[in-house]
Amino acid sequence: MKHLSRFNITSLTLGLAFLYLPIVVLVIYSFNASRLVTVWGGWSLRWYAEFFNDAAMLSAAAMSLRVGVVSATAATILGTLAAVALTRGESFRGRTLFSGMLYAPLVMPEVITGLSLLLLFVAVNAERGFWTVTIAHTTLTMCFVTVVVQSRLGSLDRSLEEAAMDLGCDPLRAFLKVTLPLILPSVAAGWMLAFTLSMDDLVIASFTTGPGSTTLPIRIYSEVRLGVKPEINAICTLIIGSIALVIIAASLASKLSSRQGESAAPL
Amino acid sequence: MDAMLHRETKRGGMTDDARQAPDVAGADIPLLQLDALVKRFGRFTAVDRLALDIKAGEFFALLGPSGCGKTTLLRMLAGFETPDAGRILLDGQDIAGIPPHQRPVNMMFQNYALFPHLSVQDNIAFGLKRAGLPREEIKARVTEMIALLKLESMERRKPDQLSGGQRQRVALARALARRPRLLLLDEPLAALDKKLRENTQAELMRLQRQLGMTFIVVTHDQEEAMMMADRIGVMNAGHLVQVATPRQLYEAPNSRWVAEFVGGVNIIDGKIASRDAGRVTIATPDAGGIIAAAPLQALTTDQVCVAIRPEKVRLSAHESAPDDDDAGGINRLAGVIAGISYLGGQTRYQIRLDSGAQLRASVANIARLDLDAFDPAQRVVAWFAPDDCVVLDR
Repeated sequence: MKHLSRFNITSLTLGLAFLYLPIVVLVIYSFNASRLVTVWGGWSLRWYAEFFNDAAMLSAAAMSLRVGVVSATAATILGTLAAVALTRGESFRGRTLFSGMLYAPLVMPEVITGLSLLLLFVAVNAERGFWTVTIAHTTLTMCFVTVVVQSRLGSLDRSLEEAAMDLGCDPLRAFLKVTLPLILPSVAAGWMLAFTLSMDDLVIASFTTGPGSTTLPIRIYSEVRLGVKPEINAICTLIIGSIALVIIAASLASKLSSRQGESAAPL
Repeated sequence: MDAMLHRETKRGGMTDDARQAPDVAGADIPLLQLDALVKRFGRFTAVDRLALDIKAGEFFALLGPSGCGKTTLLRMLAGFETPDAGRILLDGQDIAGIPPHQRPVNMMFQNYALFPHLSVQDNIAFGLKRAGLPREEIKARVTEMIALLKLESMERRKPDQLSGGQRQRVALARALARRPRLLLLDEPLAALDKKLRENTQAELMRLQRQLGMTFIVVTHDQEEAMMMADRIGVMNAGHLVQVATPRQLYEAPNSRWVAEFVGGVNIIDGKIASRDAGRVTIATPDAGGIIAAAPLQALTTDQVCVAIRPEKVRLSAHESAPDDDDAGGINRLAGVIAGISYLGGQTRYQIRLDSGAQLRASVANIARLDLDAFDPAQRVVAWFAPDDCVVLDR
């Protein structure tokens, strides 16, 4: 490793501080005993207890979890199918257009996605609530799953599926018996990514949700507008902790996947 | 299957060294018949009106340079490519439209395509489970295959814990386990090192004879094809240019392309000057008049070439060349040794003829001491018999 100059050390420290200091402060203040956010009153778990007694906040968290699980699952199924169609399908008409359209949500401003979905739900007169948020999140996260799964499928030896068919599998069973077990770590990583994206989405959810089905980010945002309570710090610390866990799990899964990929490669 | 063994009869003037091939008693139809098979990829024609018959129990090799269409042909037999025209008859039944998983044909892939998430025994059992065999039968067959391919004590290993040779044997066991009517092998030995390859060639031949199964192997390695196969089909640019036993292919190639593709060869261009009983004389600018055995097939023009294998060219020091009168005329060409490559079993000489043309000769090193070896720049006479010359279209 190259010797770090004083300038490099300083800029690195400042950069990391800029990125992580607010989060560290937030986490520390979540253990603050004082009611005032800005005054330190000693260590306490009081605000965590407060959160677990706050029915409105808990129901918002439950709502977010439900939306996250259902939309991540739907996005994983659809996204995996899209990835299979793009890598395995023979070059059908409009393939380029299809892949372009698939990736559009990656770069589309969320406000536009949210607004257009809202207009759609209003037009078809759908009652806004759990299902509309779930559908919106599925469309948002599906493309992320596709990207993750597609990269794995692309590196998977095509002749493995042919061997399965040669040994008596129809194309569907070849996929279930051979392809799916081999891409499973990527599929799992895709699911976790979709779940995290759904959990922390505020913009699209606030466009597509209705009365009585508030997600956690919406709830937090509206609480903060009335003034920051230390309870919010506690919730955010919990969210940061669980997202960190999910991201670690996802990276472990994809590491496992690529290690299997190496061993699957021919000599 | 009632496998009656009988020796193949000799065909034509050539001595046929076909091995004993089991044949289905009473069945005159070949196991596999390809009829005017065509496969195009866009504008490129990979396989062009190809016809071929393969008998049951035969070890057949498809030999050709890369891109000649041999792998495409194999993939059509396995069902991974659909022919654009023509028929593939297996036991007299057209299978061209049948998907791969319903064909009584199995394939061994070039990179083996072992399932990395399954153990050796699960890889072997994979096709048997799909066939819906009872559990005991599957177990018995897996055990049989493991014994047949000497894979004992590796049943529970995953493919990435095996060596290249072991993987190759697992792939073979997996393809053989379903007892296919026809086994297709795509470059089965390409990924092995030289020593292992030789052992495996012998192993494949033993298995094929022991099981009485029909093998079609695709290879670009002519030595491998000649060593293993009963018959070889040479492919070039989507066409099957010659189908013959290894010996016929080498000693009686039917075209200049085959002569040059299979083994080393000296080609001398010329023009037919005269013909008489069983002999033709060819006037060549490089080597004067060459007397050759009359060609077996009709020539299109008088413009021909003479093909002589390097080991059929004998060398003598200037004085001791044989006289013309033995064996009905010997071709004698004078020149000097221009290059020597010692290869252990044989020595290859490059001879510059007095006309300036080059001739290759290879001499078996039958004695340990180099008493009869030639020196660089030594004057020699290269001589060869008319029967060793093959006259072909140019």
